[in-house]
Amino acid sequence: MSALTTLATVWLDGCSGCHMSLLDMDERLIELSSQFRLVYSPLVDCKVFPDHVDVTLVEGAVASEDDLKKIRKIREHTGILVSLGDCALTGNVSAMRNACGVQPVLLRVYEENVDLQKQVPTVGVPALLDRVRPVHEVVPVDVFVPGCPPSADTIYQVLSELLAGHVPTLGGVAHFG
Amino acid sequence: MSRTIVIDPVTRLEGHGKITLQLDDAGIVQDATFHVTQLRGFEKFVEGRPFYEMPNITARICGICPVSHLVASSKACDAILAVRIPPVAANLRKILNLAQLIQSHALSFFYLSSPDLLLGMDAPPEERSILHIAHSHPAIAADGVSLRQFGQRIIEILAGRRIHPGWTVPGGVSEPLSEEKRDKILGMIPPAVDAIQRTLTWFKGSIEKFSAEIEVFANFPTLFMGLIDDRGLAEYYDGNLRVIDSEGNIIAGELEAAHYQSFIGEAVEPYTYMKFPYYKPLGYPGGTYRVGPLARLNLAGRCDTPLADVEWRAFRAMSPRPLLSSFHYHYARLIEMLHGAEKIEELLEDRAILDTHVRATASVNNLEGVGVAEAPRGTLIHHYKVDENGLIVLANLIIATGHNNAAMNRGILQTARHYVQGDQVKEGMFNRVEAVVRTFDPCLSCSTHAMGTMPLSVELRAPDGTLVREVRRG
Repeated sequence: MSALTTLATVWLDGCSGCHMSLLDMDERLIELSSQFRLVYSPLVDCKVFPDHVDVTLVEGAVASEDDLKKIRKIREHTGILVSLGDCALTGNVSAMRNACGVQPVLLRVYEENVDLQKQVPTVGVPALLDRVRPVHEVVPVDVFVPGCPPSADTIYQVLSELLAGHVPTLGGVAHFG
Repeated sequence: MSRTIVIDPVTRLEGHGKITLQLDDAGIVQDATFHVTQLRGFEKFVEGRPFYEMPNITARICGICPVSHLVASSKACDAILAVRIPPVAANLRKILNLAQLIQSHALSFFYLSSPDLLLGMDAPPEERSILHIAHSHPAIAADGVSLRQFGQRIIEILAGRRIHPGWTVPGGVSEPLSEEKRDKILGMIPPAVDAIQRTLTWFKGSIEKFSAEIEVFANFPTLFMGLIDDRGLAEYYDGNLRVIDSEGNIIAGELEAAHYQSFIGEAVEPYTYMKFPYYKPLGYPGGTYRVGPLARLNLAGRCDTPLADVEWRAFRAMSPRPLLSSFHYHYARLIEMLHGAEKIEELLEDRAILDTHVRATASVNNLEGVGVAEAPRGTLIHHYKVDENGLIVLANLIIATGHNNAAMNRGILQTARHYVQGDQVKEGMFNRVEAVVRTFDPCLSCSTHAMGTMPLSVELRAPDGTLVREVRRG
């Protein structure tokens, strides 16, 4: 990509650790930023996903109706989709609730561990999906970056290669956990 | 005609939130809600796991403050083991905890809120990001990057990695501190202190520009809660909980954190996955309280590190009573960063910090344990029950941001009423509604033990519900 690459970052159902690892590039993030425009991200005030983004980094698993709608829209409007981190890749900790099922989770959180006004919230909040799923089970993914989170060095390498127009080669530099 | 305004997502926040404003026919905001839209269910899916996995599982509640969970979780596990950990282990955990306080506050202040504080709330949306600040205010951005890095580097040196590290374990920590690592950290402190003091200087100079925001940014009486030590000073690792009212009267002087269920209850509202803790003796919502930097500085009798104490006195001099405007959370965060850096230095300069006995070992001796600590955003409580084999049968987590939920909702209503009026609403007004949430620096992944996100649209609907006009922002 010769002109400034448009970059987006998104978090679905995760802990924001992958985004924090991105920030752990420290001043390298500022240096790299001369090569991209961050057009959509929790770090900027754009509220609508743009019509076309060159590269989108997706953190987190698909766990709610909102996540599902969002990731489908993102895929449609993105050139290269990167699954960033173990929750996006495998479901990871976000998917641990699959073993219990949604109803037992809601019961525990909003009825058993509550003193007043026991109820499951349903107003203005998206329904949880029955099963939490990794991103690639829902939309095609172009690049997978494992780690919980992936290290800042790994993210720096991946991002640098993408900005230079290459498909990142991750051999040996990234691992789960 | 009445209308609903939705701000979705609230950006420059950790986690996922959306705000709904209900306006009446006259264009006055009647209701405002802060919806947190995700839930992962840690309180359920940890059942059946061995208790000693809890620090590392619960670290994944949050990528900004995993250390807070590691610390509170380890303390709950210490209680299950029925051990009193070696003093050096407690001090090492304290250093880790304070390092995290510093990096998290730096993230909140510089990466998330500095665009508003430096450019003003009405700055064009495309300029309101840390990457733009890196061009418009490069020295300040550099300080922000280096202060966050300072905290993260200490965590990395002590615990092996910056995010979701190990090292903090039931019974203590897994390895002692070497002289080399200690000296390395000590060398990092003076430039960090300089950077914090530079920041305090420009920030204090700019406060009067925000006098309008200070008036209405969640500026109302609430209780305040936090850990204090036996001198009545702010405590981040140990101590007991204290509750004061908005006049500064001590409502409850020394509450044992392990008995939190006798004085903290949780309520649910239908519009958000985040629950509402409240102070039980005063009920809900009368028992609304705030935690975190503003609360801690309001509670403290003084600050026990010299540079921070000077700043703390100047902070408290703004009012004879506790400071009530949530805008002052920003100022409080900077003072806590300074205190944290001084405290880390003090702890490291004690020779005993190099002691090699850093872990008590035992097996299950209690079927229940509670661990409490002050996270960057406020009081964090981990409560576990286990069976005879040490497998979790119950987990209850009350997360720092959760305590502020009621105050955040009230704050949004107050701010929106002031800034969002009639038909012509300028974009900067919406930013202010989001900015009041940012003062609390909520960690929404933490607060719902889950995460989510969303966008902004204004719908004008006739009384029969038909869509008259739709305006999108962003």
